[in-house]
Amino acid sequence: MALQLFKIADSTVESPVATVTFSSIPQGYTDLKLFISARGDAGAISRSVYVTFNGSSTSYADIYLQGDGSAASSGSNSGGGTKIYAGECTASTATSNTFGNQEMYIPNYTGSNNKSAATDAVAETNATTQYMSLVAGLWSNTAAITSITLVPSTGSFVAGSTFTLYGVL
Amino acid sequence: MAAKTGTYTLISSSTLTTTTATVTFSSIPSTYTDLVLVANPLSTNNRDVILRFNSDTGTNYSITFLSGYGGGTPAFSSGRTTSQGFMYADYYAASNTTQNIRQINIMDYANTTTYKTALIRSSNANAYPSGGVETLVGLWRSTAAINTVAVSLSADSFLSGSVFKLYGIEAAK
Repeated sequence: MALQLFKIADSTVESPVATVTFSSIPQGYTDLKLFISARGDAGAISRSVYVTFNGSSTSYADIYLQGDGSAASSGSNSGGGTKIYAGECTASTATSNTFGNQEMYIPNYTGSNNKSAATDAVAETNATTQYMSLVAGLWSNTAAITSITLVPSTGSFVAGSTFTLYGVL
Repeated sequence: MAAKTGTYTLISSSTLTTTTATVTFSSIPSTYTDLVLVANPLSTNNRDVILRFNSDTGTNYSITFLSGYGGGTPAFSSGRTTSQGFMYADYYAASNTTQNIRQINIMDYANTTTYKTALIRSSNANAYPSGGVETLVGLWRSTAAINTVAVSLSADSFLSGSVFKLYGIEAAK
């Protein structure tokens, strides 16, 4: 059996949007992969990207390991969180035309266990500070994932940002 | 016609229905370029996930890791273990009743001239000290082609519901 990534849906931002949602996600795959190329319009070098599932705003946790070009740090949002951190995308003061990259892997998204997600993220720019992140995310909910929503911490995703959701078989 | 791009082929998968100490993928074909092991283990206690290749229990494994724990002291660290009898697929991270994620890439596994390396990503969002996010590189000092991959815990057994999938990456044709 050949394993393929099947594109479930994609979204290319044509004018700034505050939220991107993949809904009615088919339940026939084993895992999900989400690829993001995004830039925010907020007045900063970067903006955090957050993910929620099934419209829920409860029971999220995450642990991250992050480098900013001069130092490393690690932090967490343990339990009771309203969303999963998914690293940083570039924002309006970052080098023009640069977009962050995020890859999120969500195994067993239809299973009856709590849902985990692993994210690798980079937001390169020609400046002193920018971020790369590894993130472990958890949604303590046994429901099958049927929708995924992405938001920047403030502002909107700019035109040219792309979001692609794949199903893994 | 464009050349066929590399694809993943599911070699074998296992979803445990009973408590199991070791999950073994054996008779792995040598026809792929690389292997990818995806594991979502469950266990009662906080344990490290460990790997062995070709049933080798000798002290031929080493790793270098970069880990973030989210809290506690230290909040993050990097280190090495050498001459181990197994390859860690995490370090100071845990398996418990929430499935966490191991993504393990084993490069050029079938060659018979070089030692074998693996890149490992471990994600466990449970609260400190049981969770963490990690990236590791592992080395197995053997030139043998890998034909068996065994996955265990540092103690105890995997619980029912744990999922393990081994993929082969086909070369572009």
